[in-house]
Amino acid sequence: MPDTILAPPPPPPAPEATLLDSNELVINMGPQHPSTHGVLRVILKLDGETVLGAECVIGYLHRGVEKIAENRTYQQFAPYVDRMDYVAAVSNGLGYCMAVEKLLDVEIPERAQAVRVILAEINRIASHLLWLGTHALDIGAITPVFLCFREREEALKIFEKYCGARLTTHAFRIGGLQYETHDTFEKDCLAFCDLMDEKLKEYHALLTGNRIWVNRTKGIGILNAADCKDYGVTGPVLRAAGEKWDIRKAQPYSGYEKYDFDIPTAENGDTFDRYMVRMEEVTQSCRIVRQAVEGLPAGPIKGKIGKVIKPPPGEAYVSIEAPKGELGYYVVSDGSLNPYRLRVRPPSFVNLGALDKMCRGSLVADVVAIIGTIDIVLGEVDR
Amino acid sequence: MEELLSSPYLPPLVATLLIIALFPLVAGYMVLAERKVLADLQVRLGPMRVGPYGALQPLADALKLMLKEDIIPSGADKWVFWMAPVLSTFTALSAFAVLPLSDKFYVADVNIGILFILAMSSIGALGLILGGWSSNSKYSLMGSLRAAAQMVSYEVPLGFATVTGIMCAGTLSMQGIIQAQYERGVWGAFDNYLLMLIPTVLFIIAGTAETNRAPFDLPEAESEIVAGFHTEYSGFRFALYFLAEYAAIFVISGICVTLFFGGWLRPFPNVGFLETPLNVGLPVVLFAAIALACIKGATRQIITGFKLGMFGLAGAALLLAALFAVPVINPLIVGLFWFLAKVAVLVYMFIWYRGTFPRFRYDQLMDVGWKWLIPMSLGGLIVNSIAQMLARS
Repeated sequence: MPDTILAPPPPPPAPEATLLDSNELVINMGPQHPSTHGVLRVILKLDGETVLGAECVIGYLHRGVEKIAENRTYQQFAPYVDRMDYVAAVSNGLGYCMAVEKLLDVEIPERAQAVRVILAEINRIASHLLWLGTHALDIGAITPVFLCFREREEALKIFEKYCGARLTTHAFRIGGLQYETHDTFEKDCLAFCDLMDEKLKEYHALLTGNRIWVNRTKGIGILNAADCKDYGVTGPVLRAAGEKWDIRKAQPYSGYEKYDFDIPTAENGDTFDRYMVRMEEVTQSCRIVRQAVEGLPAGPIKGKIGKVIKPPPGEAYVSIEAPKGELGYYVVSDGSLNPYRLRVRPPSFVNLGALDKMCRGSLVADVVAIIGTIDIVLGEVDR
Repeated sequence: MEELLSSPYLPPLVATLLIIALFPLVAGYMVLAERKVLADLQVRLGPMRVGPYGALQPLADALKLMLKEDIIPSGADKWVFWMAPVLSTFTALSAFAVLPLSDKFYVADVNIGILFILAMSSIGALGLILGGWSSNSKYSLMGSLRAAAQMVSYEVPLGFATVTGIMCAGTLSMQGIIQAQYERGVWGAFDNYLLMLIPTVLFIIAGTAETNRAPFDLPEAESEIVAGFHTEYSGFRFALYFLAEYAAIFVISGICVTLFFGGWLRPFPNVGFLETPLNVGLPVVLFAAIALACIKGATRQIITGFKLGMFGLAGAALLLAALFAVPVINPLIVGLFWFLAKVAVLVYMFIWYRGTFPRFRYDQLMDVGWKWLIPMSLGGLIVNSIAQMLARS
């Protein structure tokens, strides 16, 4: 692709003054709007239907999660992280547990690591399914959302069988796992992978070849690799721009180095590419789950860790590849029972920063498509 | 009394009253059908609570809409706001005046019937535009701007497709168009060596856009501009817009059926030996099957009232089946049966698209309209006129 296409569209010329002189229209989209995925508020400046600029107003779901951490013990805080990206609660839990484990410098048994990988990957699929359904709904296809929820239900059933919770799972504990897997765990996971491989074909049949879908997504919301780096955008958005960056490969954690999988990338960095990258990621996640289930080692599920978690003074930063991008946890310990300071690097929040860049010059209908394609969860944006 | 009964104005008056009284109910059940079909496409059940299998849902919805507070936003242009849904509903319903529901049951057969319908549906667009404009809301305004652009653009291919159909029939009268298809022994859609399929398909596409149905539902694109032109409407006025939308769907399907699918004619109208199996056998079997399905459904109901209701429906269906079996009554109602059956198929198609396609974007919609549909409809007109000249000279 030549640079000319990847370059951001030039800002539209300033509208000429007319008798009415009211060419620019400022509209307020959200926080109560059908497709701002929760409580995002976007102030749009329009010329007709062309977007001149977009400004995000966030904070409607702010709960002060990072401050709460300072008043809870390390174990007590673990369920709170599930409430940030509640669509991918397992990944949040994984990131937090790993950060504290790094502070404690404790070895995690292999079985625990493998189960963590399995659950995190199933959660990635569930998160992508929710994204696909709502994204298609934003673009006007009302059926995929129900199909996606049908499959997501199977993923949630696996979580429910494993730990009793469906959404905010709190599946992991610092040092390993709380529960041993149930008897049909392996079978359920493999059945889910087979189901997904089959159902992906159905989604592709509904959307990928559809002319309207392609027209609505190709060339929309382009963000090239350089811009992604400028804005700190990670995850599928970055990979769709052609950058082969996945923390599971770049800095393997929790035993990801043992599994054979590809990092799907695309070239143009538009909405269609992000769609294709995420669809392919589901296939790759299935591959990882299959390998992990087949090679699931026996052994303990919890590392050597005391009942009271009191890390030595120090700090730790751990970042993992969450479904939406790089999810980082920075924990500072002063040697007491509570974290001295905890900071989260949420992928949704950082990725949302590029909204204005992606929206400029497009139409109102594209804005909802772009919000959908960034794949944000407001619980994580606002924390 | 004698004088009244023999008055030439009596049948149209009765038909008019029947249409005005019954159409809101029909529209309500079209909504229910839409919800049920969509639910079927989307692995859901749809309404199941009000009445057996949700059969009374439309009544509950209508009651709710009538009882809701009628909010007029401050800063709205009150009179225009008040009038706009009325205008939409009035034009949509008045188009029924020339719709040939059957050979016996219609309000009027005027010699410019189809022009009247097109005129009325054009004025109907005004209701959307005014409603959005008078709401004093930016989302409504955007919705009505989209409605204006879309309806103006798509009226052109719709008009050309209609002209092709009229050309094929050689008359503007709705009954005359059906009569012409009877005389030629072929439905409009398959005339001129199947070349008439071009305007048929274009008519269905442009008709979908004209009635603001998905994938052309930009004026009320929920995920983009909240609810478009009727964002600020509530209660009964909202219900009127709903009614107008479904009336428009019915009318567009009705015109399509009349122009291209033989109106109230049965399939193969000139094949004599099909008379009994199609005109008597099919409706009887169909309604008997519906009755059986209702009885089967009744056995699954737990609530006694619902059970009785399902048996009642089964009884009604059986009664209809019996009516079609009576030789005296059959010719009176079989035309209506075929017309409504064909309209139902088209309405099902409208719902089917809605469950399948994503929405077009504003500029793409215009592209499709101006760059594809209009040239194609013009081409269809030319090709068909040549074919017709060759075939009929």
